[in-house]
Amino acid sequence: MSQTLQTSQLLAVPLAPLVGSVLAGIFGTHFGGNWLGRRITHSLTILGVLVAFILSAQTLWSVAVDSARFNETLYTWMVVGGLKMEIGFLIDGLTAMMMCVVTFVSLMVHIYTIGYMEEDEGYNRFFSYISLFTFSMLMLVMSNNMLQLFFGWEAVGLVSYLLIGFWFNKPTAIFANMKAFLVNRVGDFGFILGIGLIAAFAGTLNYTEAFAKTAELASLTLPGTEWMLVTVICICLFIGAMGKSAQFPLHVWLPDSMEGPTPISALIHAATMVTAGIFMVTRMSPLFELSDTALNLVMAIGAITALFMGFLGLIQNDIKRVVAYSTLSQLGYMTVALGASAYSVAVFHLMTHAFFKALLFLGAGSVIMGMHHNQDIRWMGGVRKYMPITWITSLLGSLALIGTPFFSGFYSKDSIIEAVAESTLPAAGFAHFAVLAGVFVTAFYSFRMYFLVFHGAERYDQNPDAHHDDHHGEDHHDHAPHESPWVVTVPLLLLAIPSVVIGYFTIDPMLFGDFFKDAIFVDEDKHEAMHELGHAYHGAIAMALHAFSSAPFWLAVGGVVSSFYMYMINPAVPAAIKRACMPIYNLFENKYYMDWINENILARGARALGTGLWKGADQSVIDGGIVNGSWKLVGAVSVLTRQIQSGYLYHYALAMIVGVFLLMTWFVWLK
Amino acid sequence: MNITLGHYLTVGAILFALSVIGIFLNRKNLIVLLMAIELMLLAVNMNFVAFSHYLGDLHGQIFVFFILTVAAAESAIGLAILVQLFRNKSSINVDELNTLKG
Repeated sequence: MSQTLQTSQLLAVPLAPLVGSVLAGIFGTHFGGNWLGRRITHSLTILGVLVAFILSAQTLWSVAVDSARFNETLYTWMVVGGLKMEIGFLIDGLTAMMMCVVTFVSLMVHIYTIGYMEEDEGYNRFFSYISLFTFSMLMLVMSNNMLQLFFGWEAVGLVSYLLIGFWFNKPTAIFANMKAFLVNRVGDFGFILGIGLIAAFAGTLNYTEAFAKTAELASLTLPGTEWMLVTVICICLFIGAMGKSAQFPLHVWLPDSMEGPTPISALIHAATMVTAGIFMVTRMSPLFELSDTALNLVMAIGAITALFMGFLGLIQNDIKRVVAYSTLSQLGYMTVALGASAYSVAVFHLMTHAFFKALLFLGAGSVIMGMHHNQDIRWMGGVRKYMPITWITSLLGSLALIGTPFFSGFYSKDSIIEAVAESTLPAAGFAHFAVLAGVFVTAFYSFRMYFLVFHGAERYDQNPDAHHDDHHGEDHHDHAPHESPWVVTVPLLLLAIPSVVIGYFTIDPMLFGDFFKDAIFVDEDKHEAMHELGHAYHGAIAMALHAFSSAPFWLAVGGVVSSFYMYMINPAVPAAIKRACMPIYNLFENKYYMDWINENILARGARALGTGLWKGADQSVIDGGIVNGSWKLVGAVSVLTRQIQSGYLYHYALAMIVGVFLLMTWFVWLK
Repeated sequence: MNITLGHYLTVGAILFALSVIGIFLNRKNLIVLLMAIELMLLAVNMNFVAFSHYLGDLHGQIFVFFILTVAAAESAIGLAILVQLFRNKSSINVDELNTLKG
């Protein structure tokens, strides 16, 4: 392996999935005449992603082992004034790690899709979309400037929109994809404002050049105000991250995005796209380090999301929604870590989360297939003996999620909790409480779902609204679940491996080594959380053993035990709690009324404002006053002047003579 | 009685006033209108001649010739329009001619 990274090799990484996507999208669909069959389409796209994965793995190897770095502009799109718009790659530890995660999960999802979408008419279209997504996400993470980052950002948003509404005949799916798109617009607006401010004050969009000017930026205030410019920039950027990474109050789109097919929930809405916000904040760490205000905001928002979204997961009955709220909560954890200046911990959790959450989603998808497209966990149970592979992999995913020692999720989540405990920011107290309480909540809802799905009595035939309209050619009277085909189970197994072990092997280089040393900047004098974490760390095994005597572990155990008690031993308890806490239950059931607020206050308010402007400003002032008013005024004046124009010659003559007299009078007397 | 400049100017003013009244009071005949305009020009000519004589400057009288020439041409055109008007409308009644009305 050479020391330097080859441009052609790096270019091939995003372009291979793009080629697959374009071929599948044009020739595999009705658009290009259905030239390619299903088998060729999925082979092509999988080949593209496989190439991307192999090259990414190679890149990661040279970055990690040979410390190879790459930071070059490949193409200058245009130059506006002094502002260069370029396409280029920046490859360091952070990028290489993200590339591998994205391509690996994408590859697994591609293979899984063969089984999951087997009977769907949009098979080829789906493959085209997910390959396009892989391309967009790779462009986002590999970028060396903010313009390309924004391009990737919008492109993944577009593909997310397309995929949430993949079943475009379903009204709920159309509603959900519109919602996702609109909520993301709010975030993107903040994001582009942040980029614009950087471009305006640093005069460049390139990361390296912009970060070289941080000292200069730190001394500025926003013109006309007392606000620190860096704080404004960071908050704007973070609003972008809030939209993409579904942080409170812009989280509302993520649960609804579960209307899309399950593979994309795993790929886009759990493993990769939603973590783009975390990635972006990490990338911008030199800026965020300058503003404690922004870090505080980041931490507070993350803590709110981590805890309160976890609560909602407790009462969901849709298997995918439980996982979706769990994703929201875990994204909150990552955001909290960002706020504590533990960027590397956030990215570490991002990576482990990508594996075990993709696994959980794909496992949920496998269960849904086995259950003949029933998604309600109340009507499952006892699936373990019918779907052994799904069962064991889901169990491993759940254990990783709740942070069982030695599992990957343990290392990342425990590091986050420790980092927050060490943080000295004002928000850290609340955040520490939120992440600790979140551990219990996470363990409870994860195992509630696990017990309801895989254990207990079989309740398949009790579903009151079982729909028999799923397009299966199978026998509908046979309600027993069946294990999924190998294309589904192999990705589950392959994802289960990193979900279990990756934390153990990578915590050393990623958190305490120098894997990220030139990608992430931490001002250790001000934010010593990472430094303190390094002091307390004595190897991965010691950390796991120490966990048995720490609060998070026992909280997690408490969550598992209480869910076991409530859903396996004494099923009357949840109902009793529900009756006792009806107001809180209603609050959760309505998702804190966020949708209600959005629809009735924000959407209606915006529409009222729009109607007001339309009727008040557009119709009355512009149309009524300026456009129609001018002709009405001319008309009124002409009605008057028409009286003068009588047509009689002697009137005209009189006017002339009077005029002459007046002129003469003026001339003789007044001049 | 010595005839002074004032007398001449008075005659001119009377002529002018007559012609103005002729224009306004006339409601019947376009020809009268034309004649009144001619009379107005003559009143002006009268002033020109009177001042010319008074100031001993012949330019004024030369100008009178120009005015007379122009007035002749103008009345010729006016009469020609009048003839055409009568052919089209069968009337030269001023009160009925308001096609200029907008």
